[in-house]
Amino acid sequence: MRKEDKILLSHGNGGRLMQDLIADLFLKNFGNKKLEDQSDSAILVIDSREIAFTTDSFVIDPLFFPGGNIGKLAVCGTVNDLSVSGAEPMFISVSLIIEEGFPIKELEVIVKSLAEEARKANVEIVTGDTKVVNKGKCDKLFVNTAGIGRIRPEKNITGRTQIINPGDVIIVNGTIGDHGMAVMNARESFNFTTPVESDCACLDQLIHEVLEQTGSVRFMRDATRGGVATVLNELTAKIPYGIEIEEDAIPVSRGVRAMCELLGFDPLYIANEGKVILVVPEQESSLVLEIMRRNILGRESSIIGRVVQDHPGKVVLKTTTGGKRIVDVLTGDQLPRIC
Amino acid sequence: MKYIDEYRKKDLILAVADELKRVSKKEISLMEVCGGHTMAIHRFGLLSLLPSNIHLLSGPGCPVCVSGQRFIDMALAYSKLHGFIIATYGDLIRVPGSVTSLEKEKANGADIRIVYSTLDAIEIAKNNPEKKVVFLGIGFETTAPATAASILQAQKEQVDNYFVLSAHKVMPPVMKALVEDGVKIDGFIAPGHVTAITGTSIYDGLASNYGLGVVVSGFEPSDLMQAILLLVRQFEAGQPKVDSQYKRVAHTEGNLIAQRILDQVFELKDESWRGLGMIPLSGLKIKSDLSAFDVEVQFPIHVPFVPEPKGCICGLILRGLKTPLDCKLFGKKCTPSDPVGACMVSGEGTCATYYKYRS
Repeated sequence: MRKEDKILLSHGNGGRLMQDLIADLFLKNFGNKKLEDQSDSAILVIDSREIAFTTDSFVIDPLFFPGGNIGKLAVCGTVNDLSVSGAEPMFISVSLIIEEGFPIKELEVIVKSLAEEARKANVEIVTGDTKVVNKGKCDKLFVNTAGIGRIRPEKNITGRTQIINPGDVIIVNGTIGDHGMAVMNARESFNFTTPVESDCACLDQLIHEVLEQTGSVRFMRDATRGGVATVLNELTAKIPYGIEIEEDAIPVSRGVRAMCELLGFDPLYIANEGKVILVVPEQESSLVLEIMRRNILGRESSIIGRVVQDHPGKVVLKTTTGGKRIVDVLTGDQLPRIC
Repeated sequence: MKYIDEYRKKDLILAVADELKRVSKKEISLMEVCGGHTMAIHRFGLLSLLPSNIHLLSGPGCPVCVSGQRFIDMALAYSKLHGFIIATYGDLIRVPGSVTSLEKEKANGADIRIVYSTLDAIEIAKNNPEKKVVFLGIGFETTAPATAASILQAQKEQVDNYFVLSAHKVMPPVMKALVEDGVKIDGFIAPGHVTAITGTSIYDGLASNYGLGVVVSGFEPSDLMQAILLLVRQFEAGQPKVDSQYKRVAHTEGNLIAQRILDQVFELKDESWRGLGMIPLSGLKIKSDLSAFDVEVQFPIHVPFVPEPKGCICGLILRGLKTPLDCKLFGKKCTPSDPVGACMVSGEGTCATYYKYRS
């Protein structure tokens, strides 16, 4: 592979270039067992207590989009990273990097969203930092967060990928691709008349209900950047089996489908901010679905596929027309068709 | 979704597949000219539904792929000039030139912006009156009218800092060149959206002079299956002709307004195609009375000729003589994240399609 001598946008999109960067630069220099897990949160033991610790940065453009803003997004993203690790989110930090000239009124709306979302998720914003940079030296506002949560021992689901078996089913808690398409629509002013709203939401309650009422979740991850396809590819890399998903079974809203058709995107690769992928044994799947569907954020939960003995390491999609194709790791940003 | 789901019905597609098995007796090779067709065929897994005597070859219908290195090198050269903004469709951003790509030059500080419409490029020009905005015009008769319309719009609104670098091409000469070049096919699956602009008469010579069936096809799986069926029926009956499966979009006379705009702005010129060489009167050049918008006239630039990368067989693939699986670089040295040839970069390139949808 040719080495790049400059950072490209593709280094930050969750695809192959970013994975190379993590492996060749970050892991090589920071390397330790906890980081090597590359999970959403690091699981740390302090005085024999298990803690989940995570961090995230938010550079979304535009700051306000249908269904949320950068403040809501920051809390949800952090809370979700802790929740999918089986932790109860407790404390988060919020650091702001603000461009000179940014309207205080807008900042106020964003801060209020941060506060409101934190209250809803029952987490406290306990520390923070503010930096202002010269005009043009950052784009309006960037947010960095960290989050800490307590892992309830009975809920610790890390490392359970070892007990994933062929036949286990893959569940998603609703329509995919909403966040990415809502932001794209807001940013590019396509003015699609079908409303597409971001699914940005804290999943702590939904996940808590599932973990509390069943003991059977074998894998859980929020499908953010890189979408469902990226999560499933990361999963197949960890298990000696393949994954088969069915196009017909994957919930996609009308608006997202229309935008994807028009722009040449594949919803499987589009970012979500309120979607979690779970792997559970088949015999438990109806119970898990029932629990999830009772929560408003899981009403459209569906089984989208299963773990299979065939094609180990690969995610295969059964298309609506009866064909099959591989769903590969994202390489570079998805680009629109030009003819 | 309306107008999409109807064309993706499994029962319908399988019924056509059964009919194909029944009527198709002889070995037959068909070329899908358009990159959009190549993508749909693989995306929906249609090859697995065809009987083994029907062979599909991918043609030169991915505009990014056939324009190749030199066009990118020119765009890169303009991006390095002081005060220039490059506006481009997203497909071009990662295509490798001889040494670098637009994506890499963007990281180096060049002002390169992705647009979804030529009118967005004019907006950029209006908002940056002190800069020169160059739109990279690429594509066939489908996208050329939008470029032409933008030039007329810029003229009307007196946007004098908007320019076009045209790599626009037209389809019929290359289809004819392929046949004369000895590519062994029995018929063309003709590009639906090119035909929507041009009308079906542009293919008449292919049927009458070369005895080839030509069926204009849509881009949904049932469209393509039906187009293949129509071609097979023609072939089995020994009656090749021009037909359209895509009547809901592509009409006999085409889009007269688009044709008029094209004619107003562009004239034909000899054009070099990647892998195919110079094809007479196959490219579109901005007419001299509108040369105020032609960046090559206003700011002539010299780009040295650099041969295509070693080992890359894009040229042979574009002519339907080889498939990506015949290429030593495919999937090894050449992948979508680290492409050697343009066919691996564009979403509609044959190599990228094979890589993405291999199973």
